[in-house]
Amino acid sequence: MMRWNKPLATVLCLALFVGFAWAAEESLYFDNEELRERYQTLTFQLRCPKCQNQNIAGSNAPIAEDMRDKTYELLHLGYSNDEIVDYMVDRYTEFVIYKPRVTLGTVWLWLAPVLGIVIGAALILWLSRRSRQTSQAPLSDEERARIQAILDKDSESS
Amino acid sequence: MNKRWVLFLPAIAVFGLLGLFGYVFWKDVDVREIPSAREGKPMPEFRLTAVNDPQTVLTRGSLDGEPYLMNFWATWCPSCKFEHPYLNSLASEGVRIIGVNYKDERDLALDWLADYANPYEIDIYDPNGDLGFELGVTGAPETFFVDSSGVIQHRYQGPIDSAVWDNKLKAIYDAME
Repeated sequence: MMRWNKPLATVLCLALFVGFAWAAEESLYFDNEELRERYQTLTFQLRCPKCQNQNIAGSNAPIAEDMRDKTYELLHLGYSNDEIVDYMVDRYTEFVIYKPRVTLGTVWLWLAPVLGIVIGAALILWLSRRSRQTSQAPLSDEERARIQAILDKDSESS
Repeated sequence: MNKRWVLFLPAIAVFGLLGLFGYVFWKDVDVREIPSAREGKPMPEFRLTAVNDPQTVLTRGSLDGEPYLMNFWATWCPSCKFEHPYLNSLASEGVRIIGVNYKDERDLALDWLADYANPYEIDIYDPNGDLGFELGVTGAPETFFVDSSGVIQHRYQGPIDSAVWDNKLKAIYDAME
């Protein structure tokens, strides 16, 4: 019983999942498979401007539907993926793309971690060098003599 | 060793971030608020009919003249109903309001205007939301402040009432030339 139950459940789950993925596509007709794939990529990349962090493929908001329609239309007009993303950003701002573009304002997203590591490493280097310097502080002749005396006394007693 | 302050750099960074998060948390910054891509840009070209007459074709040039508010509305939108009386009173004070009937049906729109009065100097019929898309509209109501040279100065999302008009929007409208 259990032996065939598990694969069956897996197949059923997969069938359900495929069903959902299919339903989201609204049974659109594409001129070719390449356009269908690009449509899927783009609708997963673009973020719905009205919803809490859903992409337009997964949202039922009217504006997400409009953006899917526009993506479909522009694809068939021969727009490239970049041109379609630009088209959306021109109207709905960079909010609709998940991956921020590199500008003076956003370049810190990449620079800040690097700066953090560099400054942290410099700090650690500086600290370790400082502690080494204090331990290597030269001894005066008087101090040397005292150490020698202690050492001598130590070896005598043992 | 007077370079000790360097040791406080990590702490300073942590408190800086805490301050930033605290500011966002307590200042009620609305993280859902998205800036408008069209502020500072000219009104886009469009070609649509008038709500009251399918034969009348309206374009960007049809709106030339005094500064105006472009108000996106629809009969399916409850906030638009809330906002409507205030738009009527603004129109009676001489504020020029252009309506865009957004993703709606002409008959429903005409019934609404007959029932609740019409504040719109011109009312554009945009059943597919084409003009809305050009302007980055995400829903209704949404209102654009356009100056006499056709440049969008401000975009306001949500219903306009006397409080928001007096506190914020009136100044923007009065500043437009």
